[in-house]
Amino acid sequence: MWNVIIALMPALAVAIWIFGLPALSVTAVCVLCCIATEWLIERFMLHRPSTIANGSAIITGLLLAFNLPACIPLWMAAIGSIVAIGIAKMSFGGLGQNIWNPALVGRVFLLLSFPAAMTTWPTAIPSGLAHSTGASAADASSGATLLQSLNASGSAISLDNVDFLGMAVGQMNGSLGEVGAIAILIGLAYMLIMRVITWHIPVSVLASAALFSFIFGGNPLLDLFAGGLILGAVFMATDYVTSPMTHSGQLIYGAFIGLITIIIRRYGAYPEGVSFAILLMNSFTPLINRYCRPRVFGERRGK
Amino acid sequence: MKTFRKGGIHPAADKLTADAPITDVTPTSLIRLMLSQSIGAPAKCIVKPGDTVAPGQMIAEAAGFVSAPVHSPVAGTVKRIESVRNPKGLWQESVVIEIDSDASQQQPSHPRSEKEMNDLSPADIIKEVGEAGIVGLGGATFPTRVKLSVPDGKKADFILLNGAECEPFLTCDDALMRESPEEILKGTLLLMKATSAPKAIVGIEENKPQAIKAMRSAASAYPEISIVVLRKKYPQGSEKQLIEALTGRKVPPGALPIDVGAIVDNVATAFAVWEAIALRRPLTHRIVTVTGPSLTNGGNFRAPFGIPFSDLIEVAGGLPEDTGKVISGGPMMGQAAADLSAPTTKGTGGILILPESMSERKEAGPCIRCANCVSACPMGLEPYLLMLQAQNSLWADTKEHNAMACLECGCCSYICPAHRPLLDYIKLAKAHIRRDKL
Repeated sequence: MWNVIIALMPALAVAIWIFGLPALSVTAVCVLCCIATEWLIERFMLHRPSTIANGSAIITGLLLAFNLPACIPLWMAAIGSIVAIGIAKMSFGGLGQNIWNPALVGRVFLLLSFPAAMTTWPTAIPSGLAHSTGASAADASSGATLLQSLNASGSAISLDNVDFLGMAVGQMNGSLGEVGAIAILIGLAYMLIMRVITWHIPVSVLASAALFSFIFGGNPLLDLFAGGLILGAVFMATDYVTSPMTHSGQLIYGAFIGLITIIIRRYGAYPEGVSFAILLMNSFTPLINRYCRPRVFGERRGK
Repeated sequence: MKTFRKGGIHPAADKLTADAPITDVTPTSLIRLMLSQSIGAPAKCIVKPGDTVAPGQMIAEAAGFVSAPVHSPVAGTVKRIESVRNPKGLWQESVVIEIDSDASQQQPSHPRSEKEMNDLSPADIIKEVGEAGIVGLGGATFPTRVKLSVPDGKKADFILLNGAECEPFLTCDDALMRESPEEILKGTLLLMKATSAPKAIVGIEENKPQAIKAMRSAASAYPEISIVVLRKKYPQGSEKQLIEALTGRKVPPGALPIDVGAIVDNVATAFAVWEAIALRRPLTHRIVTVTGPSLTNGGNFRAPFGIPFSDLIEVAGGLPEDTGKVISGGPMMGQAAADLSAPTTKGTGGILILPESMSERKEAGPCIRCANCVSACPMGLEPYLLMLQAQNSLWADTKEHNAMACLECGCCSYICPAHRPLLDYIKLAKAHIRRDKL
């Protein structure tokens, strides 16, 4: 658990660097509300020892914050946290029992409840922490994300002037965790080195998204770096509890997340589909586990 | 370096007694010989209270095909036949022998001449191995005679000698390979002759350099025996895993090693076969590693069967004050000894004394489905699921999910970050499947 939290730190640092103090306050509210919700439910409803020390509520809080715009009202972030922990996790029995990724449930709840606030993005101006003192950059203006523009214009937008380098280091619009692809990949490298996760889910999600983006006539590189795909592939889809157990199952799971994401981006009403894709595949995880069982030692193929 | 592919873990080796020579231990007053010292039917007692017995004399005969006789390691008088608690704490019928301190405790040795050795037929060897009470000394205690009796239509391509000793702390096989490589290899030749196997491979894990060196130099005289160094990985010493590591062949579920042309025997078993055939000495002693982080004088002891655990611990320096647990066997597959007056058996390869700090179980947390247990299981099982099914008494489901294929190696419980007692529940499921004949 703590390794995942360490792995999330580079992305958090980038978010604070880009969006300033609002990023920090949104993150703090989410983490504190998640911890408080878990503690209160265990203390007063379940009457059992608290499990907040295992760090999973902190991860949920961080991940939820990463899925929110920096300028979201803090009370909305609090509601999202309560939904994430209270409804998506504790009502199923707590850690290890939930079917869907709690942070994503919180995010989708907010997206459906407060669509305007959830799609108002601060214009990111990478000018260091200077902007975060006093009136922050996040208050200044709001703009559309690249995917929103693409979705609105039916992908007819010219891609010639898309700044991929800027996208990689965080100079684009988006939620807290979406903006720093490289920071997230550093977190991925850390988790792979520490053997927290294996490569199967992130690679299959990204490869499948790139492949289907190409098949559906999109720009694979743009689809990879824009929006929350990398964040989702590295930190959300790899959640132990809601992803399949075997490597073969993980590859299938990841491939479908990639496919569904691209379908939603191309043909759906929403500009971004990573959250929905992961939640859908979370639902299929028990089924995948059932059919992708490990082969018993010495068992022949096709038996 | 070779090893098996699926699963496995790398626990700290903790071979504290790796350099300890083999020292003889003589029992003081009483020994208690369990009639059931092997897998299969308990032996049938053929002595009665008051009888005097000589070292090497048979005191109980095999009671069926899968059964092994028991011999007295000492000279003395049979005092009584009574139920005694075995290391696991179960009551079992035993012969209690009071040692006659005046009589010679030396086992008579009638070595066979070279000609007599050459004249032995495979059937003679198998018969004598059976009469000598030899069982698999790696811990499984399966009667060796049964293993050597290759069924009609099957052919043994290899004798595979298990010198992996992947279990942490234990060094009894290591010590034997260091000190008696020649005898082990001569025993291997007898095993090959008995089964008409043309080749033999000895598998030794890389962390036993002295044993590898000793076995290699002894094996240079025997081109049909090769020594293979294995990459250290637990549970390499498990039969199916060792066969895969050494030959690449995989034993299918429900099949036996002979189905893929392999017969696996422990190095200590090969040594016992040599003693039984060349010296006409039945199996009465074995090497027991007595070890533990706080033990002052741990080592590898050649001890007679039936000696109490407490005697061996005394020889090894006495029970340390901080003792939390005494384990019969190694830390992975061994079982906590319920009673230190329990006698050793043919399967007792080690006595491990763990301090309190190492013997407490951490509180189990919820399963987060991290799949570490699935990745670690060398048999390709789903321990997390088996535990869940066992907790809900879904015994038929545990069978459906191959609980019976479990080796009980403990990789799952070892690797679980939530400290869940996975193996305990799988063992429970196996017991239910056996009891209910599912």
